[in-house]
Formats: sequence, C-alpha cells, structure tokens
Amino acid sequence: MALRQCAIYGKGGIGKSTTTQNLVAALAEAGNKVMIVGCDPKADSTRLILHSKAQTTVMHLAAEAGSVEDLELEDVLQVGYGNVKCVESGGPEPGVGCAGRGVITAINFLEEEGAYDEDLDFVFYDVLGDVVCGGFAMPIRENKAQEIYIVCSGEMMAMYAANNIAKGIVKYANSGGVRLAGLICNSRNTDREDELIMALAAKLGTTMIHFVPRDNVVQHAEIRRMTVIEYDPKAKQADEYRMLAKKVYENRNFVIPTPIEMEELEDLLMEFGILEQEDESIVGKKADELPVAATA
Amino acid sequence: MSQVVENIKPCYPLFRDADYQESLKNKQALFEERHPQAKIDEVFEWTTTLEYQELNFAREALTVNPAKACQPLGAVLCALGFEKTLPYVHGSQGCVAYFRTYFNRHFKEPIACVSDSMTEDAAVFGGQKNMFDGLENAKALYKPDMIAVSTTCMAEVIGDDLNAFINNAKKAGHIEQEFPTPFAHTPSFVGSHVTGWDNMFEGIARFFTLNEMEGKTPGSNGKLNFVPGFETYLGNYRVIKRMMKEMGVDATMLSDPEEVLDTPADGSFRMYAGGTTQEQVKDAPNAINTLLLQPWQLEKTKKYVETTWNHSIPKLNIPMGLEWTDEFLMKVSELTGKDIPESIAKERGRLVDMMTDSHTWLHGKKFALYGDPDFVMGMTKFLLELGAEPIHILSNNANKRWGKAVQKMLDDSPYGANCKVYVGNDLWHLRSLCFTNKPDFLIGNSYGKYIQRDTLHKGKAFEVPLIRLGFPIFDRHHLHRMTTMGYEGAMYILTTLVNAVLERLDDETRGMGTTDYNYDLVR
Repeated sequence: MALRQCAIYGKGGIGKSTTTQNLVAALAEAGNKVMIVGCDPKADSTRLILHSKAQTTVMHLAAEAGSVEDLELEDVLQVGYGNVKCVESGGPEPGVGCAGRGVITAINFLEEEGAYDEDLDFVFYDVLGDVVCGGFAMPIRENKAQEIYIVCSGEMMAMYAANNIAKGIVKYANSGGVRLAGLICNSRNTDREDELIMALAAKLGTTMIHFVPRDNVVQHAEIRRMTVIEYDPKAKQADEYRMLAKKVYENRNFVIPTPIEMEELEDLLMEFGILEQEDESIVGKKADELPVAATA
Repeated sequence: MSQVVENIKPCYPLFRDADYQESLKNKQALFEERHPQAKIDEVFEWTTTLEYQELNFAREALTVNPAKACQPLGAVLCALGFEKTLPYVHGSQGCVAYFRTYFNRHFKEPIACVSDSMTEDAAVFGGQKNMFDGLENAKALYKPDMIAVSTTCMAEVIGDDLNAFINNAKKAGHIEQEFPTPFAHTPSFVGSHVTGWDNMFEGIARFFTLNEMEGKTPGSNGKLNFVPGFETYLGNYRVIKRMMKEMGVDATMLSDPEEVLDTPADGSFRMYAGGTTQEQVKDAPNAINTLLLQPWQLEKTKKYVETTWNHSIPKLNIPMGLEWTDEFLMKVSELTGKDIPESIAKERGRLVDMMTDSHTWLHGKKFALYGDPDFVMGMTKFLLELGAEPIHILSNNANKRWGKAVQKMLDDSPYGANCKVYVGNDLWHLRSLCFTNKPDFLIGNSYGKYIQRDTLHKGKAFEVPLIRLGFPIFDRHHLHRMTTMGYEGAMYILTTLVNAVLERLDDETRGMGTTDYNYDLVR
C-alpha cells in the first residue's frame, strides 16, 4: 500500500490528540505501520502512545544542540505502542517566537532525514487548533497530507472552526491534491448531535465519517497515559475507535470542500435549536433600557 | 573645506588636509566621549593575546564577520546560469538589493534579479498576491524564458508555499500554464549561499525532469554533465569547457553564467546572455554521468541526480591543484573512453615545471586560509602539493564531516602536521589565531583585509598580508575572471602565491643600507 498521509484539524480542546492517538492505536493493532507527527507547541500528540508526559520535541532538541542540522533522526523519533513512530515538532513558549516556523522546520527535517520510509502505511499530523498561519498549513502542502479529517462536536464554536478549516483547505485544494476526507464527531452529548454534524458535513460536501460517543473509559485510559485500545481492548469504546480506524482505512471519499457563509451556519444551528432566533430589538440595549417584560 | 574644480582630491588625500584634520580632532574631543588613547591601546593589545583568544573561542551567541552569505544569494547565481532566466526572489525588497549589489561589487556587472517586495500586509496575509502581480509584471517587463523563484527569510517565516502560489498564479492566468517556473525554498537562517545554490539547482532539475523521465536512459546522448555549484571564478567555467573540448568530450555545463557576468561594452545592454538552455537540462538525464565540481556543497543535487536520473556520480574532489585535476581528467577519460590529449599533458607538464621553479620560495611558508568548503579543501590540497604549510584552516559553512576529511589530508602530509581545522568559526576567531600563531600569509576574500590592518597595527613584524583568493573580492578588479580549477587554475594560484611571497620580501628588504643586501634583482 502506498503511504497515506492524513492531517487532523479541529477546534482547540475538541479531543484531536486523544482521537488521533486512539485511531492510530487501532490502525496499528490492525497491523498498519503508522507515524504520528505532532504539530503543536504543547507537544501532547504522542503521550498516550509513549506513556510519557510529553515527548522531547524536535525544536527543543535543536535549541539544545545549536541547530537542526546537528540532530539525527534517532534523537527525535521514539517508538511506542504498536510500533507507532512518534515525533513532536514542538515550538516556543506562548507569547514568543514563531510556532508556525517550528512546524516547517520539523517537517523539513523529517523529510531530509528520511523519516518517511517506504514501510510506513500512514502518517498522521495532529495540528494545533486552527490553521492560524502558513506554518500550520505545512502538513497540507503538496506532497504531504492529502487527506484532512476535522474533529468536531455539536457545539457552535466547534462547527464554526470546522467551517473555517474547510476554507483553509479550499485554498490549498485548488492548487494541489489535498482533500477533505470527512468529519469525525467527538460527542459532547448535545441533542441530535449526530444529525447536526451529518447536516454540516453534507453542506461542506463531505460525510461524517464516524460518531465517537462519549465514554468515561477514555478519561480512565488518559490518566494512565494510554489509549483505550491499549488500556482496555475489550471496552465498547475500543470498538468505536476500531470502527473509526476501519472507516478511515476504507475511506475513498476525498473532496474539495464547499465551506458555507456565516448566515448559513447560523441557520443550521437555529434549525437544530442550538442558536436562538436573534432579537434585533435588544441589540446594544443596557439592562435598565430593556422593557420589564423581557427581564422578568 | 570644499573641493576646487582645478584640484579635486579623492577621499584619502582630501581628509588629510589640515581643515579636515582639525574638524576630526574637534569631533573626537567634543562629541565622541573617547577613552584615552592609552586605554584604547591597552584593549587592543589585550585582544591580541592568548587569554583573549580563549574567551573569543568560548563565544556562543555572536558571530563577527561570518565569512559566508545567505541562501538566496546562491539561488540567484544558480538561476543566472540558465538561458534567458530571470532570478525572482519572493520576499522583501532590501534582501534582493543586497544580492544585486553583492554581485555588482564582485563582478562589476549589472545583475538582473527581481523581488516581489513583500511588505507589512504581505507578512500578515501571506505573499500570494505579491507573487501574482510579481510574476505577471516581471514576465511582461523583462521577457524572460524562465523565472526561477527563491525566497527570503520573511516569506519562509510566515510559511508561504511557493508550489501552491505559483500554481495558483498560473490558474488565475497571471502567467501561462506552461511557462517554466522552477522554485526553491531558501531560508537564509539555514545553511549558506552554497546551500541555496544546491537547492535552486535541484529545483530547476526537478522542474524540467521529474515528470519527464520516460524514455530517458543514462548514456544515450553520449554527453557528460558538469554541475559547478556556487562558483564565481568565471575562468573555471571556461577551463572546464576548454579541457573537455580538447579531449573531444561533449560537455554540458549545468548552470553557466560566464557570459552574462562578463558582457562586453559594445553599446548594447544584454540583460540575458549565454547560459544553459532548457533543452540541455531536459536532455541531462541522458548523459553518461554527472560530475559535481564542488561535491561538498551539492548534497541535494547529488541525491536528486542519483535517484531520478539514475546516474552513479563518481566520488571526486574539486579539480584544484595537480593530483585532483589528474584524477578528474582520468575519470572523465574513463567515463567517456576519450584519451587525455597531448595538449593537456603538456599543460600539466608546464604546471609541474612552474611548481619546481617556485618551490624554494613556497616551501615551508605558513598560510592561514578560509572560505567555502570545496574551495578551501582544494586550496589546502594544492598548498600541501607545493610544500607550503597551512596552519589555520577555517570554513564557517562546512560541516563536521568536512572537518574530518580535511584533517585526514593534513595527517597524510608532512606539511600538514602543524595545522588545525576550524568548522563553523568566523573571521574574528581567525583574527585571534593570526595574532597568537602568526602565519606568513592569509588566503581569503576581501574581508581578510581587516585582519591585515589589525595585525599591522600591532607592528610591522606581526603583519599578516592578505592574498585575495575566494569570494567575494570587492577591492581588487577583474580577479573574478581568473581560473582556480584545472592545471590552468593551479598556475594562476601558484603565480599569485609566489609573487605575494616575493612582493613581501621586496617590501621588507627595501631599506636603503639596512636590509637591501637582500633586495635582489633576480629572485
């Protein structure tokens, strides 16, 4: 099988890293050779695979060694559960430097040092919350990730972020091979969540590839720095991740997304009762200016 | 205070006039808050000591006079070597002004190179719009047949994707789909000008051959490819072509700027002249093999040529000096089946004759040298062949493997016993070394003149004269037209070295009635 490179995007805190690592663990369990490249200065994309607090990052090691050229591949690449290869790009402390450049430097380094060897079946990039700058788009440049999965849930901001990410993908899809491969719904137990995400997916021209239900076993595994697949392979949730892995494995539905306008997104949210109809008459009114009936 | 038309003085004599001297004294006394001269002298003396050298080498965060330039400069030189090719730098304007002036000052030629002038808004929104307008305008104004795109730091830091931007520019109709636009990412904060050359060459080779390999077979066109790398001695392009012609070898120089960087003054301006054609690049995979003239700086090119063109690049050194030119020519002969002709054998003989004629003057002379990795290595090799003794060898932009390889050469020669190799150090380090362990001469680019000034300041006996070999040479004319490769290049280097030794001896023995007992007519 030719190497498939996938990038996982989604709003911060949505569960990208947890979902990615469980998905990767399930793929590895099924016999695939996988590498995870964490593209987030927080460097928490590989901890469940490696059972570590945070992997030492490429940029951290480079800063210690003096420059990236002084590093060897084995310095930055660690192997964890299911022989999954793990790399964290790393980056600066919040508020200084340029995290985006860190991602570019790290991925260039991996390419030059031959980390993308022919044995690999999958590479997963776990990318910081949103495509905030050119650096965080590095994983979806030409000859890198061709498939983008967006993790989201039935909350307004998560869907808003998903739509924004789709806009970013369009920019690169027009000039190259990168495609949206589907939405992964990481459930927050909101009402009619699955229907809502399916509706959003349809509007974006893709599908909800899997609905991952909420289950406490994920947290139980997480405090042990493990994936559910490894911590409790018999758990129902483990099967959910296996199902997700199977769907990703078999997925051939790669599209140039059709992101929607803000109004359309709001209409969708209203249709599902997440957003109330806006009352234009109250906009900009202080509490004491409002009619008594409204505050009562 | 002002110049008179009848007697216009240039800078040096003008500022020796009494009124200027007076003015300078006032400035120093009233505004500069200078330390007393004794203190200045004391600090200067201290910077020449071993104690200071140790502190100097413990320096971590600062580079003083790095003896290297940045990646896009190399990318521009590489692009200039292709027929009707406009180097285009995606990024800020000032960087590109720097590349142009840098080459202007060295080659004394106008340099055609454009930038798409990214400013604050481009830094925030990405430089795609600049690229759209830039490509369209550059093509319309300067009518090139190819635009070779590289980048400055600014575009690199914000992560601009050249591949996507160029494709989008074509899709949006700013330039035609089929117009050749090879590109290379050349962040200045990684590597040096030689890395940038390598990256740009790989970009050009990739553009014209990556998806065109069908039906191409190594050896099918009977030619031999030569990749020069970052080479600024125009004579080197010429000597390789001449030697190949004399051997009857059909040679392709992949990137050949010797015409465009040496255009005649005959009344017509040539923005483009000569250069490797696109057809030659497309045909390059069909060659018998590809020889890298500066292998230490062409790692990416080597990888590409080996894996895509399927050439098994022979392991050769830069063809400088006697033995390495021998090896080079014998390898060419082996690959092509062509004999080395009498004309070249004779040329070799002349070089050997020259070496024996001059060896008494060069034997045991101590040299410090610095510059780009391949040049310094070739220079070291030739110095050892001449019986000269390198004592400090420095290259800022070489790697540790290079350092080991040079050390191995030194270990293999009795003349290398007292030498140390410095990788990643700068000219301020070399300044210390020239004080604490004085060489007879310093070999390097124009920037070495400050070491000569500083060592002279300590006293005539401490002066280390600079011999200008390398890049850039801003303060002497036309040396860029010389040759350092092949037997011809060795002759030039030998002539330069031995005459520097003799000049220096004359200089020291010119004292009437004191040292002129050795101020000889015949040397």
